[in-house]
Amino acid sequence: MKILTAWLRAILPTISVSDRQLADDLTLRGIAVEGVHDLGVSPSGEMNGHLFEMDITTNRVDAMNHRGIAREIATMYALELPALEPVLPAVREAGAASAARPFSVRIDPEAEALCGRFTARVLRGVTVRPSSGEVKTFFELLGQKQISNAVDASNFTLLGMGHPTHAFDLDRIEGGIVVRLARRGEVLKLLDGTTRTLEADDLVVADEQKALGLAGVMGGWESMITPGTKNVLVEAAWFDPAAVRRSSRRHGLHTDASHRFERGADFNAAPLANDLVAELILRDGGTIDGTMVDLAVPAIEQRTAKRAAISLSVREVQRHLGTTVEDGKSEGRRGEDRTSENKKNESRQGEDRDVAGESALRSAVVEQYLTSLGCRMTAEGDGSYSVALPSWRLDLEREIDLIEEVARVFGYNRFANTLPMPLPVLRHPVEAQERAVRTRLLALGFTEAISSTFASAAEAALFAPEETSGSTGEGVALRHVAMENPLSAEATLLRPTMLPGMLAMLANNLNRDVREARLFEQGQVFLGTADDEGVGEVMETASLVLGVTSETTERTSLYSAEDAPIFELKGVIESLASLFTLAGGAESLRFSSEKVPAWMEAGRGGIALLHNRPLAVFGELSRTEQAARKLRQPVYLATIAISELLTLPLQVHTAREISRFQAVERDLSFLFPDTTKWHTIAATIEALALPELERLLPLEIFRDPKGKAIAVGQHSLLFRLVFHSATRTLTDSDLVEASRRVTEALTAMGGVQRMPGS
Amino acid sequence: MTPEIPHLPSYEDPALDAAFEALHGEVATRSARITTLEERETFRLDWLGRKQGRLKLIGDAWLKAAPAEARRALGLRFNQLKQAVDAALERKVPDGSASRSVASAVPKASLDLSLPGLVRRPGTPHPLLETMHAMVKVFGDLGYSVNLGPQVETDFYNFEALNFPPNHPARDTQDTLLLANQSGKAARDRLLMRTHTSPVQIRTMVANDPPLRIVIPGKVHRNDAADATHSPIFHQIEGLAVGPEITFSDLKGTLDHAMKAMFGADVRTRFFPSFFPFTEPSADVQISCIFCGGAGCRKCKHSGWIELLGCGMVDPAVFAAVTDERRRQGRDPEVYDPRRVSGFAFGMGVERIAMIRHGVADIGQFYSGDLRFLEQFG
Repeated sequence: MKILTAWLRAILPTISVSDRQLADDLTLRGIAVEGVHDLGVSPSGEMNGHLFEMDITTNRVDAMNHRGIAREIATMYALELPALEPVLPAVREAGAASAARPFSVRIDPEAEALCGRFTARVLRGVTVRPSSGEVKTFFELLGQKQISNAVDASNFTLLGMGHPTHAFDLDRIEGGIVVRLARRGEVLKLLDGTTRTLEADDLVVADEQKALGLAGVMGGWESMITPGTKNVLVEAAWFDPAAVRRSSRRHGLHTDASHRFERGADFNAAPLANDLVAELILRDGGTIDGTMVDLAVPAIEQRTAKRAAISLSVREVQRHLGTTVEDGKSEGRRGEDRTSENKKNESRQGEDRDVAGESALRSAVVEQYLTSLGCRMTAEGDGSYSVALPSWRLDLEREIDLIEEVARVFGYNRFANTLPMPLPVLRHPVEAQERAVRTRLLALGFTEAISSTFASAAEAALFAPEETSGSTGEGVALRHVAMENPLSAEATLLRPTMLPGMLAMLANNLNRDVREARLFEQGQVFLGTADDEGVGEVMETASLVLGVTSETTERTSLYSAEDAPIFELKGVIESLASLFTLAGGAESLRFSSEKVPAWMEAGRGGIALLHNRPLAVFGELSRTEQAARKLRQPVYLATIAISELLTLPLQVHTAREISRFQAVERDLSFLFPDTTKWHTIAATIEALALPELERLLPLEIFRDPKGKAIAVGQHSLLFRLVFHSATRTLTDSDLVEASRRVTEALTAMGGVQRMPGS
Repeated sequence: MTPEIPHLPSYEDPALDAAFEALHGEVATRSARITTLEERETFRLDWLGRKQGRLKLIGDAWLKAAPAEARRALGLRFNQLKQAVDAALERKVPDGSASRSVASAVPKASLDLSLPGLVRRPGTPHPLLETMHAMVKVFGDLGYSVNLGPQVETDFYNFEALNFPPNHPARDTQDTLLLANQSGKAARDRLLMRTHTSPVQIRTMVANDPPLRIVIPGKVHRNDAADATHSPIFHQIEGLAVGPEITFSDLKGTLDHAMKAMFGADVRTRFFPSFFPFTEPSADVQISCIFCGGAGCRKCKHSGWIELLGCGMVDPAVFAAVTDERRRQGRDPEVYDPRRVSGFAFGMGVERIAMIRHGVADIGQFYSGDLRFLEQFG
């Protein structure tokens, strides 16, 4: 909204500060001036002042006009705001006909709840011409479009004192005015030239035959003022905020009038606004025909202009607002140090002080502020007041609203900085667990990322098909959760898995020639219970997703280059699980390559099971998907049901005594068919329960694709046995028996021992 | 010390195999540990030493007692073992050894310290979440406990209880992403993506008695078009203090302290009246520009101030909604009587703070997963 300082100074000639100071002071009191534009000098050599770009909060519709802001200024600087006193010519006694019959206006009973007040005045013999005087001057400075004196009068009144009005061409009105609900399907052509089909709860201003305008939103085409208009009907009314909002939204018409009515207009302003419009039109000639019709619906008046006074206690003001920087300092001593001498003097003057004690927010200050804003204060003793509320401040309803006004006018920055008593901090149940996971992932070289909370139906179907969603504890099937108003066609669902988001981020990197990426995201995934009526409940579950793509993975003695990322993901899963206290220890986590999901390349990944419940799925994205997404290199994904871990206590490690004696190692090498897995080999060796065997680890796997050194379908495995005794130094001879038993067991399962050098 | 001579239980082939296998294993293990020339010499003397070498000692011991028919098998195996030891000695001592004897053989100039350091790169924490954790810590130090809440909320918690009545214009400022198929439900139960972290205020008060000090970090969503400074997905940090004597000056002091803790002791704060349905009085808070100190620069649009957060005293209507809901749930409804308690709440956008802190121009980069962006914060 735009405000002219010239107009403000015309309303309130006693403003003594500069325009810029005014802008700062208003902003600090909640009437935000967002921009100050110098308007230069007029052709006649006068300063045009400044144009303020305002940002008025939605609750302050009363300040969305020049007079409203002038009232704030008057309160701020303790100035007197002159009353608005329109001067109208005497009513023309034009003949028996019109005097005997005032213009007919009625509010349909069904519309009474929506139209609280309606004023109408007939002006005859007007001259429609361009505006002049202050209307012309101010409109030019504002850049406001000028139409004609009659239309501009309405706009000038709106910008001046805030109340919307409308001027009709009287000769287009058939019979009197009826404020009524629209008939469903009724058609109305509006001032903007569009034709609208109305609904049964649209409120219209109509004549005996037809709708003339959409009440509180926009006037109609049919009855608009034209250069040929001779007689005018001026309307100023009060419409229900919700009704105006409903029509405004339904028809997509956000107008200056609807903006104000929606936020609650001033019930008492209607007749005054009507006077102001009439005054402006009549400056260019014409007469008033009959007295102004003024219909008011008592029930609405009761809850707006005549709403009950509220009580305010200065003690409550202080209880909510606390300490000011001036507390305990008497007027005129601001900034001086308080000595004990001063304090004594003040306490001797105790009789002057009211219940506000030493607070700067004394009764007198509270009373002055609120009175200036339009409240009528009746003292009820002991620092309490009965406060009658101004009709233009429907946002004031409760004591706290008045306390806010006091704080606002006093100035927020005059309050002290105090601290409340601190309370002991309670840790959120999973805070430490989440932090441990995050810290571990960062240490393992994964970078933290955040992706979209939404997914497309196609991605959801591929990465988390509904048939795998499971069910609630009560056995209700869990489904994908759809959005009513999705952000895009790619975001129609709440993500049931974070895999698509991770894949998108990896693709994003590859498309920008970033070929080394290790990312993780911790977040929520969503599934819902749906019945015939729609989505019942939504389950939000903590999830973790990992993504790896790399062009530099090298083969190691144990893993081929293309397998290494899969084992990296497996390692991360094991590492995360090791942070938590698992019932059953590390053995409760196992890995399987059965039942892998459709997005994964066959045989290129697996699932992790914790206590036989799925904990993670990890592996290489299928080649088909990789090709479909035009990814230049393989990508590896893992999704981890981290919620399964986060509820577990973090591992508290107990130190074990480290043996004083040296460990001894024995490396053995065997040939095995590829069908024999390490797991089986390890299990076989562990089953021997070799005394003092501390560790068993694979060192190297070798295959010869040419089948020369080792036949195709076989591999050689080098592994190490580490023996460690807590009580003695083991010697090589201790190992002879152990390695004999290992050799025997592995030979029995089809292994062929290889001698070093053979 | 005399090296031990392994016991040979018999001269049958299997016993010989087992014994030699153990020795081969020992050769392999020990030779694998050789990293320096000195160690290689020790290894050589240990096995091949003319007087105390293991081959000599073992050979002497076993051959002496061997029956004639076993000598051939024994000799063959001794030859293989010696070959294994020789092969191990012929292997190159690995490069890059830090040992002096190796280093002295290498000209000093070959160490080019101007090459980049070799390091395993850790992952990079997300600048947004780092900022969020830092802010949470500031309030943790002030005695605030963390609470979290769901991203899918009901209309009641997101709007109604926070004094946004149905059809209220204030809802327009928070364009809401709604869940589909909700029309069968009562208005208060309809599900939506929370538009702010404020519903957790309500959840906390419904579940806990005062006094309270909580800080609520979290992800929120609005149906906003994305541009350089707006994203439909963003993060907020919310705070709430409720107790018998919480005042507006406490709110001021708390936020002034928090901003100084976050941005430096020189930072000043400035409070403006504002409007939020769930606080009254409400305020917007600006901090003196952290780049120019308040003199005015491009970052603060030459105003000297940066707008950072919204706050206010908890509106009695919010306490009333909490009281109603507590009554509904069978909890003591009286404890949030606004005549007995007061409170303040504040909220801030994490993206905005992170953008200011790190000079990020495009909010979308936070959600791109683009490592060229993210790795800058490592």
